[in-house]
Amino acid sequence: MTTPATSRPPSRPRLGVFKFASCDGCQLTLLDCEDELLGIADELEIAHFLEASSDIAPGPYDLSLVEGSVSTPEHVERVRRIRAESRRLVTIGACATAGGVQALRNYADVEEYLAVVYARPDYIATLATSTPISAHVPVDFELRGCPIDRGQLVEVITAFLAGRRPGVPDHSVCFACKRRGNVCVTVAHGTPCLGPVTHAGCGALCPTYGRGCYGCFGPAGTTNLPALVPLMHRDGMDEEAVGRFLHTFNVTAFTTVEEEGPG
Amino acid sequence: MSEPAAGSRVLRIPALTRVEGETALRLRVHDGVVAEARLSIYEAPRFFEAFLRGRAHTEPPDLTSRICGICPVAYQLSACRAVEDACGAVVDGQLAALRRLLYCGEWIESQTLHIHLLHAPDFLGHDDVIGLSRSHPGHVERGLRLKQTGNALVELLGGRAIHPVNVRLGGFHRTPAAAELRPFAERLRTALDDAWDTVRWVAGFDFPDAECDADLLALAEPGTYAIESGTPTVLPYDRTLPPRGFPLRDFSDHVKEEQVPHSTALHSRLDGRRHLTGSLARFGVSGHLLSPTALEAAREAGLGDPSRGRGAAGGRTDAVCRNPYKSILVRAVEVLYAVEEALRIIAAYERPARPYVEVPARAGVGHGATEAPRGLLYHRYTLDAAGRVTDACIVPPTAQNQGAIEEDLRRLVQAGLDRGEDSEAELTRLCEHAIRNHDPCISCSAHFLELEIERSPAPPR
Repeated sequence: MTTPATSRPPSRPRLGVFKFASCDGCQLTLLDCEDELLGIADELEIAHFLEASSDIAPGPYDLSLVEGSVSTPEHVERVRRIRAESRRLVTIGACATAGGVQALRNYADVEEYLAVVYARPDYIATLATSTPISAHVPVDFELRGCPIDRGQLVEVITAFLAGRRPGVPDHSVCFACKRRGNVCVTVAHGTPCLGPVTHAGCGALCPTYGRGCYGCFGPAGTTNLPALVPLMHRDGMDEEAVGRFLHTFNVTAFTTVEEEGPG
Repeated sequence: MSEPAAGSRVLRIPALTRVEGETALRLRVHDGVVAEARLSIYEAPRFFEAFLRGRAHTEPPDLTSRICGICPVAYQLSACRAVEDACGAVVDGQLAALRRLLYCGEWIESQTLHIHLLHAPDFLGHDDVIGLSRSHPGHVERGLRLKQTGNALVELLGGRAIHPVNVRLGGFHRTPAAAELRPFAERLRTALDDAWDTVRWVAGFDFPDAECDADLLALAEPGTYAIESGTPTVLPYDRTLPPRGFPLRDFSDHVKEEQVPHSTALHSRLDGRRHLTGSLARFGVSGHLLSPTALEAAREAGLGDPSRGRGAAGGRTDAVCRNPYKSILVRAVEVLYAVEEALRIIAAYERPARPYVEVPARAGVGHGATEAPRGLLYHRYTLDAAGRVTDACIVPPTAQNQGAIEEDLRRLVQAGLDRGEDSEAELTRLCEHAIRNHDPCISCSAHFLELEIERSPAPPR
């Protein structure tokens, strides 16, 4: 447990945490840093973090953590304002980095979606798409995950304070799986697993619990998706099932990899 | 404060904070009387019910957990129960016990988050937990420790605290060996002391007199404080009416959702009346079923004795707490209960032969409800013969609580105005506190609250 904030340096970097369309899980990850939370508050002035504090200060912000995707007309304006007020802007999570699970609407008829959920769709202002923050403004760093990993978040904040690039490797989940000593679920049990093409960060949780990775961190830096798809067919998934498997929590990111190859 | 228009005045007060989701509040005041309190949730629509259509019956637990980062386990288990109901599968024995254990972890971390990080600062005059940590460092450290234990329990069973990966239809992908769970009991025993101390700390707060004019709705389960299953049960506000229950499959006949122009969240009413779910409702419906230690804590905290005069038939409502400010007390008692319950489940745990029961797809409609930390969460799925979801309906606690919260706001702001609390700052503080009494959790439907007060005529300067 850290020492509570008692004496604070007079001028600390100012932190802003902002939400767009999301479940709040990624900003909650900051509150879940129980051991580091008060220490972080010693190092950074929490200037804007609605979920955590009623004390809201106007910009500019030295570090802005942005959660959620751009999915309403109001969001488009707000994300530009936040960018203009932020020295460094870091997206946190799959929604802010790849449009999130709600980007499933991008491949559907949003008018129909509205009619399914709402009796009066005309009361609802929404965009036909759910897009990542980077589709609208320049982003300094993207932290992946649905949700993000606590350790990686602390690394991003630490790196910011030290003035260096975050040490978040972009290799695949397979590396973490090997490091953890897991038996490969695909090789040993024929369980379809997106680990070979998914960005590391979770610590290979799903294979550790005996299931295949479902890709919640989005694509790794270099992937060979065409090599993986036949394996998934071999293990019993038809084309539609493979499509759903890839296109859920990072639907737009994996679609980009399929269409354009690894970035 | 903006300039008054002819005969009326509009006050806009930005930012109701320490809630999860995006919300605005509009108050209309005529001649010093609050004519309307309207909570406008403008969380961006995320269309879960729409994109669940066409998905396999195995997918709703992982997908719907993404509705809320604060209570993902509640979504996973309500979804599991609804699909299992549609497919005729029954999960019982140690697998059911493990689900309850996982849910206890979520109750501990989520309720502790609500108590220490979101709600307690209201009672002690702070903007946030950081400020609170300067005046009450020991209490904040204890709260963070308790929250961490809840998170660790969810991580142990689910892999991670937010959107756990180990839940599946029929049970779990992997069940722990007893030897993996037993050592955790040591940590829970420390948490039991922390939970007791939290109840005593919170009991010392200053609680204004107030009462929620709403029916209380919670699940009831014979012989145990309902968490992961049960039958919807209503305690009417009118004390002359007896408690009543209805089958879960009739939920939509009783709890009717309607869309209002000012909110992206659907509003719902219970048999035409406003109702409240959550800690106060659970304590009213099932308080007599708390463990002896939790009952003792409730009595010590001044919540009365819910075990008194309760028979098998349900019961008297004289020990029902309807003071919204005291919800924090009930929440603290529920944390204590969840810690004890976790200890009990771990002590009796034996690893089941298989980590899950098969849930073969079939056509049908299934209903599932559990007690999310913020209240009753209902899921309904219609499946075709291949197990594809053809229709999904999800009723989160926040949508149900909106009507009761609005009425609460109307009453509390009126009482504030009558006391002469007229400034924007005072009214904003009052409204924020009133909302956090119930439900800081708007993302089920959105996050920032803007208070707008329209007054006519303008109050005398």
